[in-house]
Amino acid sequence: MKCNKLVDAGRRQFLRGGVMATAGAVAATVMTPEQAKAQALARVDYPANRLANIADLVVNEPLEVAYPDADSPGVLLKLGQAVEGGVGPDGDIVAFSVLCPHKGWLMSYSAGDKTLNCPGHHSRFDCEAGGQQIWGHATSNLAQFLLRVDNQGDIFAEGVDELIYGRLSNVLA
Amino acid sequence: MAYKRQIDRLPIIPADADEFNVTCHYCIVGCGYKAYTWPMNRQGGTAPNQNKFGVDLSEQQFMETEAWYAPSMYNVVRQNGRDVHLVVKPDANCVVNSGLGSIRGARMAENRPSKVTGTQQQRLSDPMVWRNGVWQPTSWDDALDLVARVTAKVAVEGSEDDIVVSMFDHGGSAGGYENTWGTGKLYFESMKIKNCRIHNRPAYNSEVHSSRDMGVDELNYAYEDYTLTDTIFMVGANSMETQTNLYLNHMVPGLQGGAKMIVVDPRRTLTIASSEQYAGPENVLHLAIAEGTDMVLFNALLTHIVDQGWVDADFIAASTFQGGEAVAQDSAHPAGLGSLEYAMQTCRTTLEEAAEICGVSAADIQKAAEWIAQPHDDGSRRKCVTCYEKGIIWGNDNYRTIGALVNIALATGNVGRIGGGVCRLGGHQEGYFRPSEAHVGRPSEYVDQFLIRGLGGVHHIWACDHYKTTLNASEFKRVHKRRSDMVKDAIDMAAGGTREQVVDAIVSAINAGGLFVVDVDIIHSQIGQNAHVILPACEANEMNLTSMNGERRLRLSEKYMDPFGNSLPDALIAARIAQHMERVLREMGEDAYADQFQGYDWETEEDAFMDGYGAAHTAVTYEHLRAAGNNGVQEPVVGYENGQLVGTTRLYTDGVFTRHGREDGKALFCAAGWRGWQAPGKAREQAAHRFWINNVRANIFWQNQFLDQDNDFVQDRYPHPFVEMHPDDMVDLGLNPGDLLEIINDNGVTQGMAYPMPTLKRNTVAMVFGSPAGSQGNVVNPGVNELVLPDYKHCWGDIRKISDATAQTRGISFKSHEIML
Repeated sequence: MKCNKLVDAGRRQFLRGGVMATAGAVAATVMTPEQAKAQALARVDYPANRLANIADLVVNEPLEVAYPDADSPGVLLKLGQAVEGGVGPDGDIVAFSVLCPHKGWLMSYSAGDKTLNCPGHHSRFDCEAGGQQIWGHATSNLAQFLLRVDNQGDIFAEGVDELIYGRLSNVLA
Repeated sequence: MAYKRQIDRLPIIPADADEFNVTCHYCIVGCGYKAYTWPMNRQGGTAPNQNKFGVDLSEQQFMETEAWYAPSMYNVVRQNGRDVHLVVKPDANCVVNSGLGSIRGARMAENRPSKVTGTQQQRLSDPMVWRNGVWQPTSWDDALDLVARVTAKVAVEGSEDDIVVSMFDHGGSAGGYENTWGTGKLYFESMKIKNCRIHNRPAYNSEVHSSRDMGVDELNYAYEDYTLTDTIFMVGANSMETQTNLYLNHMVPGLQGGAKMIVVDPRRTLTIASSEQYAGPENVLHLAIAEGTDMVLFNALLTHIVDQGWVDADFIAASTFQGGEAVAQDSAHPAGLGSLEYAMQTCRTTLEEAAEICGVSAADIQKAAEWIAQPHDDGSRRKCVTCYEKGIIWGNDNYRTIGALVNIALATGNVGRIGGGVCRLGGHQEGYFRPSEAHVGRPSEYVDQFLIRGLGGVHHIWACDHYKTTLNASEFKRVHKRRSDMVKDAIDMAAGGTREQVVDAIVSAINAGGLFVVDVDIIHSQIGQNAHVILPACEANEMNLTSMNGERRLRLSEKYMDPFGNSLPDALIAARIAQHMERVLREMGEDAYADQFQGYDWETEEDAFMDGYGAAHTAVTYEHLRAAGNNGVQEPVVGYENGQLVGTTRLYTDGVFTRHGREDGKALFCAAGWRGWQAPGKAREQAAHRFWINNVRANIFWQNQFLDQDNDFVQDRYPHPFVEMHPDDMVDLGLNPGDLLEIINDNGVTQGMAYPMPTLKRNTVAMVFGSPAGSQGNVVNPGVNELVLPDYKHCWGDIRKISDATAQTRGISFKSHEIML
């Protein structure tokens, strides 16, 4: 099944660890005034990352993506039916983190009912309802990537609406 | 659109943050958590030496990490008069949950009252007294003076039987050894209150009388038995939904290690679905019996096991009664008790008879018997752990049905053995320590009916909301409101009078059939709408609180924040009531009676603990419990050696059974004779209505709906109580998902939200129990068993649509709850 292959591929990538993370990022204990100002934003500054082009998407087939960086795996979906929060000409393109917000297991996509499912403890999230937890142990709904589509059909992720599992800042320092 | 917190960053716990032991106070499993607090003007950093975890938080942390917490695990609370950061996260070193958080417990921080973040502003902060047509905030002394004057006057002019008390008897949130002792000392020592009831049932009684009468305490195993067993036999319970971390951390390893799973439940539960995933469908047996027929099934299992010779003969000979009848059936014992042979005379049931009544195949019943008791190929005995809960506790013929289930465990020697046990799964934690309740009697008074009949004049209510959690709730509410309104009117009429004149007006109204209501709670509850005095209590972690979980694991859950506003621990509220009673009674010239209210000079909850539980268990102190941490000690505590409390992993390992108090130490079997529907009115109701109205629980708010009615994450998911129905039944009734409906029968009406559930049988619905927005108890008839145990589970009604889906319900997900991997 495709969805389970996605899990396996994703897990390999995920468990490999922070290859893209900044090396040796030990914070300085004394900040210069400039640094203090730079870090004093009330919210994290999200990058605008191109995830794919609309032409790359097939209805109800998940495309592996990562956002805001390579260590935060996600899934880009063209659901085939407009949903609240969906983008693109059909209003049906959405993207979610695939790290279960309960314990960080990689979730798989069930094309049958358009849900993301956690193999660890069986939590489930509805991709057609903004990632609402259908049933499970997580104390939040699923982190959704905020998307924008440009004139060329390129799809950009530009923000996240929940804290991504495994990081205390959605954009790593 | 699903609720999102829009939090993209959280403060980091600094390396030197204060750390506290926390036991989740919601359900009986009692998962271990750690609370961290630190000053508002400080924060940790991403470098390993700057944070509590000692890891580089500038990197992504991986699955199952300890170095992460969700926004729901963070808040800003008051500690020693100052605002502090708070994180409450699962404890990886607690053997109960091994770092797993539940959807309830992992929101403990968010569900704390905070004037900074605005959470749980429904919490009561000050005493309130009904005056001038509203509840007026006031001081403790003012409120308690009124409570004491009315209570004392009614008790002296009438008797203590005119004082009715509803009070928790459990551990966790509202209860615990401190608070059950405080209330118990007030009502069972200073007074001898007979007309009292517990939070979820209309009398003061055990939910498992038969197990205890048979000698078997209902919490006799260790959770590790689920991992060490051959078969898990679950009846009327749904642990994946309700005790998620017991299921995930103890049952699942058992299933993955080769254990088989039998589930007796009329509906396909999530426990069944998940067990099929973890163990393989061939190792899961679902006996989807007709509702209320459990006893017949158990009797057939026992008969087959006896006839096949799969009993544990040595155990039976050594540890069970041999002389025929030991206890005759009488008004206090709804069934006779005695030897196995004696019980078999009544219990004998063939597989075919059971198949006919229960609506499952004889082959499946036989298969269950084999999984429970057939020896292994090498001749060794099979281990089976039996667990049960509300499906039979609140089911048909409680006493005999539970007795019939315990019979199987006794016959197969599965009590006091590794991988065995026959236990209720429980709801709240336990935490009962009170003076003797012998004066209450057995059967105890059916208190709801006592009040409905117009009896009693003063009603003290402690953390109970019968509007949501009693049976026959429609009638109860009508009468309770009418009687308490009489007193409200009297108070309003006496406005401007002296305290003495107001008290006289209240007592006159009571004598005319009114009811004076004192409500002690953490929020302004629904039954609190009828109160004349409202007293604000606090919860675990706003005070130190000791409780034990479902494997008798005793922990101290530490205070890490101040009580909200002027609220107090229940134990100290009880003490203050006692002190005011003493003062008022002396003023009344009742010195001898006043003397009974001495001995409450407690400054802290620890004083209350040491006055009660600590006095009887001298090794158990706060200091020793703090040192024992989140793993605590399993009761009974037998000593203190080498700086550690010494506990008991499982009961009855010596084969001596004591719960019934018999000197011979022999367990008894129950003569569980089937008699169809035991409670009055059930058969007639079943015949008169289309739908069986089962009541069920949901993991998202089980045991904490009273807080979650003010939690946006939860209200977004379930804005109305769900009523799960088969989709074809919904089509029949013209219902779409999210439509609002009402359930009607002769007992009353309740309402909820249609929620399709294709796995349900036709003409049955599963409605969430105890919802603030629709009480299932409204439609449950008043039928109870001989010992006043309610049969909430058996209720039938008709359903009609009252509204199309609302803007809120239209947006939620109605997809299957079962995992799709």
